[in-house]
Amino acid sequence: MLLLEDVHTHYGKIEALHGVSLEVKQGEIVSLIGANGAGKTTLLMTVCGNPQATSGRVLLEGRDITRLPTADIMRSGISIVPEGRRVFSGLTVEENLFMGGFFNSRTDNQKGIEHVYELFPRLKEREHQRAGTMSGGEQQMLAIGRALMSRPRMMILDEPSLGLAPLVIKQIFEIIGQLREEGITVFLVEQNANQALQLADRGYVLETGRIRLHDTGSNLLANPDVQAAYLGG
Amino acid sequence: MVAHNFRHAFFCAVITLIIAWPILGFKLVAEGTQITVNGASAFTWIAVAVAAFIVFLFQLFRDRIMGGLGGLAELNPMADREPMPQEKRVRLENIGLGVLIAIALFWPFFVSRGSVDLATLVLIYIMLALGLNVVVGLAGLLDLGYVAFYAVGAYTFALLSNYWGISFWMALPIGGLMAALFGLVLGFPVLRLRGDYLAIVTLGFGEIIRILLNNWTSVTGGPNGIGGIPDPTLFGMEFGRRVKEEGNTSFHETFGIAYAGEHKVIFLYLIALVLAIITAFAIRRLMRMPVGRSWEALREDEIAARSLGLSRTGVKLSAFTIGAFFAGFAGTVFASKQGFISPESFVFLESAIILAIVVLGGMGSQMGVILAAIAVTILPELAREFAEYRMLIFGAAMVLMMVWRPQGLLPMRRRQIKLKAET
Repeated sequence: MLLLEDVHTHYGKIEALHGVSLEVKQGEIVSLIGANGAGKTTLLMTVCGNPQATSGRVLLEGRDITRLPTADIMRSGISIVPEGRRVFSGLTVEENLFMGGFFNSRTDNQKGIEHVYELFPRLKEREHQRAGTMSGGEQQMLAIGRALMSRPRMMILDEPSLGLAPLVIKQIFEIIGQLREEGITVFLVEQNANQALQLADRGYVLETGRIRLHDTGSNLLANPDVQAAYLGG
Repeated sequence: MVAHNFRHAFFCAVITLIIAWPILGFKLVAEGTQITVNGASAFTWIAVAVAAFIVFLFQLFRDRIMGGLGGLAELNPMADREPMPQEKRVRLENIGLGVLIAIALFWPFFVSRGSVDLATLVLIYIMLALGLNVVVGLAGLLDLGYVAFYAVGAYTFALLSNYWGISFWMALPIGGLMAALFGLVLGFPVLRLRGDYLAIVTLGFGEIIRILLNNWTSVTGGPNGIGGIPDPTLFGMEFGRRVKEEGNTSFHETFGIAYAGEHKVIFLYLIALVLAIITAFAIRRLMRMPVGRSWEALREDEIAARSLGLSRTGVKLSAFTIGAFFAGFAGTVFASKQGFISPESFVFLESAIILAIVVLGGMGSQMGVILAAIAVTILPELAREFAEYRMLIFGAAMVLMMVWRPQGLLPMRRRQIKLKAET
């Protein structure tokens, strides 16, 4: 589904990713964990083409998207839930969802919105409320719902648990599990390594711009190095 | 509380003295070739001292004073009422709009020529403000050089009529399109910029256009401007006493009425009115279309908008181009109304006033912007009696506005979009 081959990314002259290779297969949940500043977000942004990789290749469903403009990448069956939710706070819940299906027909969007409301009954209740007035958890649901509106085959989530209460985090992760059942491939980037790895089929550990470890989720959870570094011993 | 404010109040009083004392306290008197500095009259000295003391008192008790002002909102019995249901509100708004337009159509026949002239200017500002509202209010791109597009529209018409004798009606779309083209051209380099940086570049662009017009003497006539811009015609009927162009007839002869200078003024007013209404409706449509929503999305959160596959380039360029187009429209009408234009009409202050209209009206809100355009254009005229203090009054009104209603006269209300399943 998504394949990164020896990707290097620079911010100006500083190299942030030193040759990252990873693969997310169809129907999988893959987690990427790493400390602050390891380059997790950079890696995601590189997939989205902002900034573009300086060398190496990014393939989406076999198609080379390394040099495509961001707007084109985001319209080719992939969608992202950005870090910090980033809902349109002045727009209502419904309008936010509508923006997610910007390039779809009205009928598709109608179905899409109904589907999102099924997944998140909470959003239905808040249909006409401004997104900025909702709680963090609700906003995160909205961000996921919005990303679903474009009917993606693959969804990237950047730190969906950021700043949320444990109970809400649990709920969000349940939803992510549900996404897989709907046939959406999930690439999850998390600091909350414990939960991310429990859910994931496979996991990657990113450290200062390099992939350090790569294994199944459960193996990584059991790995003493990972436990020491990311799971608090 | 008072003790806490004391230092600040004292400081403010000193600042007032520092500013007022040299400016008001001395008079330069020319005696022959020499200039001597005289102290002002005792009255001025006392006035400056009193002013400083008032500033001191105000700052000392400002919490209480401003708190009291905030309480004024409670005096308004309408403040806390339930909002009307949407359908009722929309219907009421439509009726109100219809009545307003009808009044606006017939009103000029009953008032003086000067009022109609002023009303035409108001309508031009409404067009400008509605256009800028797209760029600033909806797309959130701070444009300080908007007057440049206005100038492009005006000069396009002036030059076309001057060199090729093109009439108002031909020049109107050309003026709009030329301005739109300039909007597009400006759009490209500023795409990467945001906020302050964007403001500075657009400010520079506005100045470039003005200075270009001022210095390109061979084409634009430089500071002398361009005169003799023809008035618009009504199906080949001219509004002058005598027909200037062959093949045209004159309005008063065709209808067999006595010649009156008012005809032309009213005609121009009606043109401006129709164009302003077209502008308002066109932009209203655009706001409800996907492109309008994409402007808002980009304003709300650029990263999120891009993550949904919106092209930043396309969205920003469309906002710039469409905003500029309506400024070009307004410019053409302005050139025709004045009959003479020079770079002096397109200084930065104009940009600032248009921006003030948008902010005062409430960013993104069309009705608010229209009301503010009326207020901002008419207020200085009404305050003309106060002569030199009129800009002061204008400024004070703006400051008070920002204190009481920072969200603008009529802040933008979200329209609820209802999706209907196709059956």
